Amino acid sequence: MTASGLSLPQAEDLYETLRQGVASLIQDLPPEHVHLVGIHSGGAWLAERLHRDLGLPTSLGTLNISFYRDDFDRIGLHPQVEPSDIGFDVADRHLVVVDDVLYTGRTIRAAMNELFDYGRPASIKLVVLIDRGQRELPICADFAAWQFQAPLAENLVLQKSDAGEFTLHIETKEA
Amino acid sequence: MRNPQLNRHGELTHLITTEGIPRDILTHILDTAQTFVPLADRDVKKVPLLRGKSVFNLFFENSTRTRTTFEIAATRLSADVFNLNINASSASKGETLLDTIANLTAMQADIFVVRHEASGAPYLIARHVPPEVHVVNAGDGRHAHPTQALLDMYTIRHFKQDFTNLTVAIVGDVLHSRVARSNIHALTTLGVPEVRAIGPLTLLPGGLDQMGVQTYTDMKEGLRDVDVIIMLRLQNERMRGALLPSSQEYFKHYGLTADKLAYAKPDAIVMHPGPMNRGVEIDSAIADGPQSVILNQVTFGIAVRMAVMSIVAGAST
Repeated sequence: MTASGLSLPQAEDLYETLRQGVASLIQDLPPEHVHLVGIHSGGAWLAERLHRDLGLPTSLGTLNISFYRDDFDRIGLHPQVEPSDIGFDVADRHLVVVDDVLYTGRTIRAAMNELFDYGRPASIKLVVLIDRGQRELPICADFAAWQFQAPLAENLVLQKSDAGEFTLHIETKEA
Repeated sequence: MRNPQLNRHGELTHLITTEGIPRDILTHILDTAQTFVPLADRDVKKVPLLRGKSVFNLFFENSTRTRTTFEIAATRLSADVFNLNINASSASKGETLLDTIANLTAMQADIFVVRHEASGAPYLIARHVPPEVHVVNAGDGRHAHPTQALLDMYTIRHFKQDFTNLTVAIVGDVLHSRVARSNIHALTTLGVPEVRAIGPLTLLPGGLDQMGVQTYTDMKEGLRDVDVIIMLRLQNERMRGALLPSSQEYFKHYGLTADKLAYAKPDAIVMHPGPMNRGVEIDSAIADGPQSVILNQVTFGIAVRMAVMSIVAGAST
């Protein structure tokens, strides 16, 4: 339950909606030219599972957008998670960027900038588990499993258990 | 007293020496460098992290390789790089070091990369720059060469994974070597249980045992069962008086050859900070041999310097 009284859906149910949405989004594209690219950490978990469940023939990519953030001057460089891993030539490929929560849009701006440093893709689509609104940039998802206006004081956090099961949590932002 | 390299939040804001830098910061630098290494395989080998920042390379002492790797590192971070050939400019007209720095700071420098023949010059500069300006030591006198030590640590971690079960030998002109001093501090902080220094008594400084280093004058004995061998360049230009009989004599006793290398572990790696004096401190067959990781050091040096510059530039002011 959020502070505003909204109850969260089950992350696993949302994942199933996301899987179906991605399947229909890419059905008309040539499978050998479609790559999923997950944004660390939550997006990478989702992309990894989508890649397996959809049985995609192409390799999976992951992005760590730390070096492309627009708030480096304010927050500096934080300890790194995994580095970006784009082990394929992005030129003329259809890329499906996967993230857990779409909020201001700044992460996606950074991700697109980074992807173009690997080459010129044929297209980029964005799929997210949750679109929580409050965009600060003109960016929207091609598919969102759940859309709602989350209170500004709350962060939605995706977690993954050791068994690989997804859960959603709410964290109150520090003032 | 607070370590002058750290700000009040405990973040690295200058890199002057590896001495006194906590293990978590050293590890943070190595981890960050690791994320920069794959950049070399991309179409665009740059990230926009330091876009709009100005990096001034101030080399009061000659160096082509170190200056170039700093320049490549800064460029790959999208910074603007300015190389100042100090010997040919104001210093020779009598301007003091701090006046030079004050002038360059007024030109909106963000990072100074400093090499100086006088130990302590980068520290002096760090004390006088405004808090939003950062200083990276690229080698000062006999004192320190922290980015070389960090790239050595990166290379060791790359090939050996864990520091806590290693024996590391540093061989040669330890007396004149800022690389040796910086390496000893970094190795100790990262938990290497046994660090050895090997060389003739005239080139082994006093106080090594207080730093936890075991000294050997017999190279074969010193190399027995080591995992990592760091060869040092014989620094003829810094020698005053007769410390050595001849370079042939030196090679006979302290040059790394196949028969001496055989005393180390079979999978031991051989490192050298460059530039190498082939046939003086290292045999060509070893420098180019399968255990040599000397060129890996050069490659990793770019990623490590990118990590250092981006971490200090991101420190809060």
